[in-house]
Amino acid sequence: MTDVPTAAVEAREVSRVYQMGGVSVTALRRVSLTVAPGDYITISGPSGSGKSTLMHLLGGLDRPTSGQLWLGGQEVGGLSATAMAQLRNRRIGFVFQSFHLLPRTTALDNVALPLVYAGIAAGQRRRRAAQLLELVGLGNRMRHRPNQLSGGEQQRVAIARALVASPSLLLADEPTGNLDTATGAEVLALLEKLNAGSGGAVAGGSSPAGSGVAVVIVTHDAEVAARARRQIRMRDGVVVAEAAPPGAAR
Amino acid sequence: MRFAEAWRVALEALRANRLRSALTTLGVVIGVAAVVVLVAIGTGAKSYVESEVEGLGSNLLLVVPGEVNFGNAPTVSPLTLSDVDAVARIAGGRDRVAATVSSGETVQYGTSRRFASVLGVLENTPQVFIRTLARGTYLTRSDVDTGRRVTVLGYGVAHALFGDRDPIGQQMDIAGVRFRVIGVFAQLGESLGVDRDDEIHIPITSAQRLFGTSRVDGLAIKADDASQLGSLGSRVVAELSRRHPGTEFSAVTQDQILGVLGKVLGILTGVLAAIAGISLLVGGVGVSNIMLVSVRERTREIGLRKAVGARPRDIVVQFLLEAVLLTTLGGTIGIGLGIGAAAVVAALSPVPAAATWWSIALAFGVSAAVGIVFGVVPAQRAGRLDPVVALRSE
Ligand SMILES: Nc1ncnc2c1ncn2[C@@H]1O[C@H](COP(=O)(O)OP(=O)(O)O)[C@@H](O)[C@H]1O
Ligand SMILES: [Mg+2]
Repeated sequence: MTDVPTAAVEAREVSRVYQMGGVSVTALRRVSLTVAPGDYITISGPSGSGKSTLMHLLGGLDRPTSGQLWLGGQEVGGLSATAMAQLRNRRIGFVFQSFHLLPRTTALDNVALPLVYAGIAAGQRRRRAAQLLELVGLGNRMRHRPNQLSGGEQQRVAIARALVASPSLLLADEPTGNLDTATGAEVLALLEKLNAGSGGAVAGGSSPAGSGVAVVIVTHDAEVAARARRQIRMRDGVVVAEAAPPGAAR
Repeated sequence: MRFAEAWRVALEALRANRLRSALTTLGVVIGVAAVVVLVAIGTGAKSYVESEVEGLGSNLLLVVPGEVNFGNAPTVSPLTLSDVDAVARIAGGRDRVAATVSSGETVQYGTSRRFASVLGVLENTPQVFIRTLARGTYLTRSDVDTGRRVTVLGYGVAHALFGDRDPIGQQMDIAGVRFRVIGVFAQLGESLGVDRDDEIHIPITSAQRLFGTSRVDGLAIKADDASQLGSLGSRVVAELSRRHPGTEFSAVTQDQILGVLGKVLGILTGVLAAIAGISLLVGGVGVSNIMLVSVRERTREIGLRKAVGARPRDIVVQFLLEAVLLTTLGGTIGIGLGIGAAAVVAALSPVPAAATWWSIALAFGVSAAVGIVFGVVPAQRAGRLDPVVALRSE
């Protein structure tokens, strides 16, 4: 309880049950997880084990069927769709397997999109988005549209977008799933770098000074998982194990 | 700022689907064009009819047997010249009462012949109605009293029979009887569908002899001012009814004629408005449909926007704006078409149809309203989409 204000997000015994034509599918079963500021967590597990469902809850895209979900010191149960949208806008950055960039829209405008909904003026949006594109190494691709970019570049645009509003938590659901191994490794390296705080421009208001954004990655890659400070394994909607690699500081 | 983004996105969406957008707006285009043309013709026809009826003269009371009827009076009139004298006494003088008996007859000069509307009238006709002469003189009281065979020709008849020759003093045939031309009217043009340059005037007494009748078709009374018309009308009708028991008489003022014509125009306007309404409705349903398609196509985009912080309201505004942009675009095209069609009507008919500013504003407002009304359901559906479901959709 006492650490609620400092945690980026905390799930307490959350369950998520889907109703499908009278049949209940329990995607998550009483999962508890606290993501501290600056954390680096990987989640792995077989397909259908509830990883994405958990990510959606952690990011305030969805609400638990039961249990409590604390986002930035607020329990989402009582929040309106509008309040949830504002929470996501200020505190969460999402990176998806399929990039989800707007077609016919430049990299710069894609990155700036969250700032539109934050009510920030166009000039400032552009400057901030350009800064983020520089950070992910795409300073020379700002005017490109998604179909003029490689998969790895698209995912880096998506990462820049996820970070543009200085969130405290970045959620990446299989961010390398559509990329070849080498490109995937680059993207992961970028996420690790951002988590380590080596992007001065990135630090969000709610992250402790000097440290990077908290990152939660869903991945199948054992090597990637091995480098994380916290590794979570899921099966059938429950967390079956949490491990820290030997020597990893918590 | 969010609004600017919604505006940009809506424009982009329309630009990306140009053909589809154009087809969707067709109903709105037609509906709006109909509204503009309708108002243009309606107001044009109204001012045309008003100017025509007022152009007859001022403070007129028309008296006819039977009900008020436009076109040729079907009732055979029981009126005679002695009734005209009786009415003149009530109206305060012979100068104030014009009487007519009319018939379509063949007129001939040399080898030129044609059909004309022959009006037997009193000498006071140019004072009661507004008729001006281009040349010669009008009928005199003695022409009427003695049944002289003299005639004043309408501009069209004079031109057709005599060409460039001066008709004054010439002899011509009316229904086979010889008449002398003493005057020619100034050109009048058409009035309420009747070519008034096709008329020729002869003394009413000569006309009655020519047509083999003693009847008078109708009377027109000129009052000093409009306020007298009502009581004058009822006194005249009472007197005529007393003289001809069993026959109904009607006295109508120009305002009443305008009222009846206004009602006819109103019905016409109603029919056109219904057409406009139906095409706007059809257009609106089309817009609704295409917006639902647009929402479905862009479900993933909606999910993404929500994921990065778009509130339900932001999404609703975005799609509403797209719908309104679509319909106002159609509306603008429709307004252009309507203005063009009104100009064509004005050029090809005597009705001075012209698109009015208020109808253009109305049409624009209506098209925007159609966008809002028919866009709101798809837009709200988009606003309510569950972001998780939306992101997963294909
Ligand atoms: N919208 C939904 N409706 C019904 N069942 C769902 C829905 N989303 C996910 N599920 C089910 O919940 C379980 C967990 O799904 P998910 O979180 O996507 O797993 P993972 O990401 O680990 O592959 C699966 O059995 C899946 O079929
Ligand atoms: Mg998944």
